[in-house]
Amino acid sequence: MTDLTDLGIAGIRDGVRDGSFTARDVADAFIVKVSQAKALNAFLVETPEHAIAAATAADTARAAGETLKPLAGVPIGMKDLFCTKGVTTTAASHILEGFTPTYESTVSQNLWDAGAGMLGKLNMDQFAMGSSNETSAFGNVISPWKRNDGGNASLAPGGSSGGSSSAVAARLCPGATGTDTGGSIRQPAAFTGISGIKPTYGRCSRWGTIAFASSLDQAGPMARDVRDCAILLEAMAGFDAKDGTSLQLDVPKWEAGLSASLVGLRVGIPKEYRVDGMPEEIEALWQKGIEWMKDAGATIVEVSLPHTKYALPAYYIIAPAEASSNLARYDGVRYGIRDLPAGSGLQDMYAATRADGFGPEVKRRIMIGTYVLSAGFYDAYYTQAQKVRTLIARDFEKAWETCDVLLTPTAPSAAFALGEKSADPIAMYLNDVFTVPSSLAGLPAMSVPGGLDKQGLPLGLQIIGKPLDEQGVLNAGLAIEQRAGFTARPEAWW
Amino acid sequence: MSVDTATVKRIASLARIAITDEDAARMAPELGNILGWIEMLGEVDTTGVEPMTAVIPNTLRLRDDVVNADPLTGGNIREQVLANAPVAEHGFFAVPKVIE
Repeated sequence: MTDLTDLGIAGIRDGVRDGSFTARDVADAFIVKVSQAKALNAFLVETPEHAIAAATAADTARAAGETLKPLAGVPIGMKDLFCTKGVTTTAASHILEGFTPTYESTVSQNLWDAGAGMLGKLNMDQFAMGSSNETSAFGNVISPWKRNDGGNASLAPGGSSGGSSSAVAARLCPGATGTDTGGSIRQPAAFTGISGIKPTYGRCSRWGTIAFASSLDQAGPMARDVRDCAILLEAMAGFDAKDGTSLQLDVPKWEAGLSASLVGLRVGIPKEYRVDGMPEEIEALWQKGIEWMKDAGATIVEVSLPHTKYALPAYYIIAPAEASSNLARYDGVRYGIRDLPAGSGLQDMYAATRADGFGPEVKRRIMIGTYVLSAGFYDAYYTQAQKVRTLIARDFEKAWETCDVLLTPTAPSAAFALGEKSADPIAMYLNDVFTVPSSLAGLPAMSVPGGLDKQGLPLGLQIIGKPLDEQGVLNAGLAIEQRAGFTARPEAWW
Repeated sequence: MSVDTATVKRIASLARIAITDEDAARMAPELGNILGWIEMLGEVDTTGVEPMTAVIPNTLRLRDDVVNADPLTGGNIREQVLANAPVAEHGFFAVPKVIE
């Protein structure tokens, strides 16, 4: 019998449906894998009882001859940014330690309604702020991948959805939720050789998702292939009246619409994404991606996104500004920890609680956000950044006059070792150079694995689409997937 | 862009984050570097450009004016609201005394 944990979402769903195995068998197999993988530190909380309950429901429904739900029998991992009723949710921050939501986020509820079960809550960069998972208050997540140089350096799984990427790459779960503010689904997917899609801003409800930068935050799936991403995204997305920016649109049948034929598709190659110092191997993979697109019937056009280099600095004004406002709610009054120095008053309590509860990167971003929004600086920084954001969105609109999707590398490097970049915040921020522009414009974008570098580490290709054209993005991703033939997987050492 | 220790302490105070002199001194050059880097936005000509307010065109909806339109966000859930409070008393969030 095949190892059930080698199956993806579609394989599990179909197998449970046709009775090849039971949902309970699947849940049990993954629960064991999760419990044996502590060395990766991917899970903050394990919830075997949740996964078993969902599996039992699926098996019972099948035995009764009922039509199975879209994700019946599929256990997944849930990023700890999503509030889960009765299950501790901390966003990997000390300030929320002990917080047990009394409600369920819309995205997670949608998944449970579709029949999925939860294996546990996944570690992440604290409040989703980071690109390496080194800002979690509960320890680094370790990538299952190792360099092939004989060394034993622990590698970053990417961030902020690093628990999700590590867990999916290590086959601890067939799929996981992620969230993407400036690349937090796509960069970790690229670092670990899996797929992940950030849909158009507004497709997935933000209700019950712990807020970082509200004008950018979007949930999306991370899984081993494009089809699995399509299946999960269909279940996660949908209109929600509780989120003022939720799009009131039907969820397309993305899985049924998958097609790897790109005949007639115009693929844009943005010349500004050829950045100085980019490793040759990434350049070469990008070129391969272009050939794969042509092979699938697409035509290639060069396009220009002239404001690309201003995307990161604009992002590092807008995201911290929104974060400084969103994170004002952690005050030691309503949830999480409270630090009340002896004999002190309310103001001291706020300051002490926040000093104790937030990690260094979160404090850094709150401080930057506070600074750029403070009197006298607001227009020079924040308003200017929002104007530049308009120009970045216009660059994309202009590009859509001559192409349908864009193809770029996902990240400017393969996974780096833990500690390698953590001393220099700007070097860390530069990791998101290719993912941030599409976030600022709210566009759907996905990363698919393209190959391995000389060190044996995965590299990803990114596809960016027009607003609401997740289908175009998924299809281009599928065309790459079929041609890249990426089957590499990390050897289990954990 | 140089940021001095006094500025760091002022920002920390606005953000309600307690900070030691030592940490403020450490953060000053760090914030200075980041602010210096983002200042490159100043070179972009944004004359006549409207600041972004919504990335994807959307209309703001009004919900029906009814009580408890959605039970998840409705009323009569005091115990749930207070369930995670570090200190709750008599059905309220409790904080240190603020009036003498």
